[in-house]
Amino acid sequence: MDALMNFGLGMFGGVWPAVWTLVKIVLIVAPLMLGVAYLTWAERKVIGYMQVRIGPNRVGPWGLIQPIADGLKLLMKEIIVPSGSNKAIFIIAPMLAIAPALAAWAVVPFTDSLVLANIDASLLYIMAITSMGVYGIILSGWASNSKYAFLGAMRSAAQMVSYEISMGFSLICVLMVSNSLNLVDIVYAQDHGRFAEWGVGFLSWNWLPLLPMFLVYLISGVAETNRAPFDVAEGESEIVAGFHVEYSGMAFAVFFLAEYANMILVAALTSIMFLGGWLSPVGFLPDGALWLFAKMAFVLLLFLWFRATFPRYRYDQLMRLGWKVFVPVCLVWLFVVGAWMMSPLNIWK
Amino acid sequence: MDFQTLVFFFLSAILVFASLRVITARNPVHAALYLILAFFSCGGVWALLQAEFLAIAIILVYVGAVMVLFLFVVMMLDINIDRIRQGFWHYLPLGALLGVLMVVEMGLVLGSKYFQVPASEAMLPANISNTKGLGALMFSDYVYPFELASIILLVGMIAAIVLTYRGPKKSKYTNPAKQVFVKAKDRIRVLQMPVEKD
Repeated sequence: MDALMNFGLGMFGGVWPAVWTLVKIVLIVAPLMLGVAYLTWAERKVIGYMQVRIGPNRVGPWGLIQPIADGLKLLMKEIIVPSGSNKAIFIIAPMLAIAPALAAWAVVPFTDSLVLANIDASLLYIMAITSMGVYGIILSGWASNSKYAFLGAMRSAAQMVSYEISMGFSLICVLMVSNSLNLVDIVYAQDHGRFAEWGVGFLSWNWLPLLPMFLVYLISGVAETNRAPFDVAEGESEIVAGFHVEYSGMAFAVFFLAEYANMILVAALTSIMFLGGWLSPVGFLPDGALWLFAKMAFVLLLFLWFRATFPRYRYDQLMRLGWKVFVPVCLVWLFVVGAWMMSPLNIWK
Repeated sequence: MDFQTLVFFFLSAILVFASLRVITARNPVHAALYLILAFFSCGGVWALLQAEFLAIAIILVYVGAVMVLFLFVVMMLDINIDRIRQGFWHYLPLGALLGVLMVVEMGLVLGSKYFQVPASEAMLPANISNTKGLGALMFSDYVYPFELASIILLVGMIAAIVLTYRGPKKSKYTNPAKQVFVKAKDRIRVLQMPVEKD
């Protein structure tokens, strides 16, 4: 890495750090977009097999070229702007949806050295950036000048704000036990403990001592990404397709990209905060970014599994779960963790 | 001019423009969106001052939560701009007075360095992060004001719930005797609304 840095400095001079950062951004975003494409393929395949169907199998072997074909089709289609819509905001809204989903990756560590920006407050940064994802949905709903889209936007706004609270509380527990806001340090904090010394490191990761918070975070993550069973913002059977009912062509595809990029982001964050990031689950295998990808794949499989299993929540049930179940659970566990850390049984020293 | 100054002027130009548009935009949703842009650029300016906690907190709290709910409300309202503008000249003197007062206050704070008042600049050792320093101060030197502020917020929260609470709904039991006398027009009312066109 340093040799490459010196070579670049000799070759391009002062602009090299900027160029090198741009190269790194491309190296993160390009595989991410490929991941999004194949996540849509995996979703159709996995749900297909769960429902005893085959899923896409015509375009390429096992339907592997299907996402590329879908993308090309959407690129060719016309973007229809509804009459009476607010044109500028209508076009900006999909961009506002995808920008936070990409910007948050700046601080996600793949290993302890493989991270674009290793900043001190990376957890806060992630919370701030992901909380802005809701604007794409609200503005698309308002700018479309359509009642269904507006209903979807209103539902989404209330839902996202409610579940952000429980998400924030579960992250507060994580930062209490790891004593840091830096994602790299949060992963390292999961590396020591009695179980890690015995060589069964996966028992010392945060998911076990913070099990209620892990569940709250995972479920809130599903709700934040507007995925089934919390997909009331889209709610095909109730409000057609919710906020993106008026969108077509690439504008629609950008919403789609944003949703799946957000899913991958939540999977990565769950793996980093609760499942030990790039750490190996057992002592005799080396740590590495492959472990992080394996954990993300597992969490993403859970997302698809939920979608194939659960019926959609009714809106009042969803609000009840967020405010009357998750927030009290979080508050109680916050006290439990605080008392635990002050007691002689503290395992996070 | 170094790069940091350039970024500062870029962010503050956006901030000033967005703030002006907040009060001049005709469409209330546009005004709210410009306010969000203003908060975001303000966060950028604070990040330049290396106050990363404050910078992220304003984005997290104001952009991420408060303005979402604000937009939620503004989008629902049917605001007639001409009616709002009717009282403009009537309220202008009061508004101008408040504006001048705020400018004077801000000038006193910002000008303290100019008037050689010893500035109370918080300097942290380089190895302690901003967030940690703020947290340590809040729970040591300023613990009573901090707890007081949180109690006031708690009271506000409970008050909001009490004001909107309509009592528990006991059961969904219906009285058959009353049901018999229900007419169709008691239950459903068909409204004719003209299609809205701008």
